[in-house]
Amino acid sequence: MPQVEMEKVEPLLEQFEDQRINLIPILQEVQDTYRYLPQEVLKRISRKLRVPLTEVYQVATFYRCFSLVPRGKHVVQVCLGTACHVRGAPRVLDRMLRDLKLAGPGTTPDLQFTVETVRCIGCCGLAPVARVDNANTHPHLTQAKVGGLLKKYQEKAEAPKAAKPDEASHAKA
Amino acid sequence: MPTLTINGIEVQVEKGTTVLEAARFLGIPIPTLCHDDGLVPYGACRLCLVEVSNGRKQTLQASCCLPAEDGLKVLTHSARVERARRLLVEMYVAVCPSSKRIQDMASAMGVRQVRYQAKHETCIQCGLCVRTCEQQMMAGAIGFSGRGLNRSVSRPFDMTSELCRQCGACLYVCPVCESRCQGPQAESTLCNGCLNISTVCFQSYDNAMCFLEPCHACEIGGPFRADVQVKPRSKDFTRIGEK
Repeated sequence: MPQVEMEKVEPLLEQFEDQRINLIPILQEVQDTYRYLPQEVLKRISRKLRVPLTEVYQVATFYRCFSLVPRGKHVVQVCLGTACHVRGAPRVLDRMLRDLKLAGPGTTPDLQFTVETVRCIGCCGLAPVARVDNANTHPHLTQAKVGGLLKKYQEKAEAPKAAKPDEASHAKA
Repeated sequence: MPTLTINGIEVQVEKGTTVLEAARFLGIPIPTLCHDDGLVPYGACRLCLVEVSNGRKQTLQASCCLPAEDGLKVLTHSARVERARRLLVEMYVAVCPSSKRIQDMASAMGVRQVRYQAKHETCIQCGLCVRTCEQQMMAGAIGFSGRGLNRSVSRPFDMTSELCRQCGACLYVCPVCESRCQGPQAESTLCNGCLNISTVCFQSYDNAMCFLEPCHACEIGGPFRADVQVKPRSKDFTRIGEK
C-alpha cells in the first residue's frame, strides 16, 4: 500500500464542521482526493468527528462509492442490468477485462483503470452501456468499440508520457 | 399515559413504553432474539411480532420497536402471529442449526421440521454484541461492515482494536454462541425435542445423577418418554418425533 500523504487531509477536514452528519461528505471528498479511503485518514476522521472508528468503517464498507483499496484513475462501470445483459453486456465486459488483462472486475496494476459492474444506470434505451468516471456515458457498446473507449481515456491519462504501445495495439487487435 | 389492550386485557403504561415491555409487564412471554432490556431496540429478529389493530386494519408489527399508544389492540399469540413466528424461527434454525437458544425456541413453538437447507452460519446479525459493546461497555470496538450478503460483525480493518478491553460481553449476549446439547441424534432433531424422544443416558445410568446442564425441555418435561422414537423422513428434512 502506498505511503499516505496525510497533509492533504487537514485542509479538507477544515471545510467541514466537526459533526457526525458530515461524515459522508468528508468521506466523499477523501475518496475523490486519494481515489480510496486510506486507513490512517479514516482514523483521523474518527478522532476529529468523535465518531467511533467502527462506525466510520461501517459507512465506508457499506457504500459502493467508497473503496478501501486504491482505485484506478478512471472508473469504468459496465452496466449488467437486464436490458444491457440481453443486448450483450457480458461480452462487452469480457472484452474490456481481456483488453486490460484483468481476471475479473478490479483495478489494473498501473492504477489507470478500475472496471466495475453495476446493475442499472437508468438508460436502458442505450443498452449496452458503460459509464466512465460517473460522468461520461458510452451508449450502444460492442466488443469492437471497447478498444477505442479505453484508448480515449488511456491517452488522456498518459498525456505527458507516450501511451504504452503494446497495450494500445492490444486494444485494437 | 396511553391505555392499550393486550390480548383483551387493558393496561395503562407510561409514555414511551414499547408494546413488548407492556406485554412483559403483564407476564405475557413474547420470544425475542435481538432484544435486551439495557439496549436500544433494534428490530432485527422480528420474532417479537404481534398483531396490531388500530381500528381499521390488522397488521403484524415488531413489538420491540412499537411504542404503546392509546386504543391500540394487540394480540400476542393469535394464529397468524404464531404461524409467522414459526416460519421465522424455522429459518433461524436453518441459518444457525448449532444454536441452543434458537432450537429451544423452535421446539417450544412447536416447530416439528425444518424445511430449509442448513446454512451453518455463525451469526444471525441480531446486533446484540455490537450494541452491547457500544451502549453498555462504552467501547464501540466491534461493528457491522459490508452490506447485504456480505454484512458481518467485524473490527475495523480486521485488526485488534485498542478500544476492546476483552470484557467478553459480546460473547455473553450472543444468542448463537451456546451450542445445543449433543444428545442422541443431534443432527436430525431439534434441541428441546427430547420431550418427545427417549434418551440413551437415562437408561444406561439408572439412578445416577446427570451432571449435564439440563436443557429447557428436561427442566419442564420431567421424565423422558421411552415410547416415542425419531424417524427422519429423508436427508433434506430435519424432523423430530411425532406422537
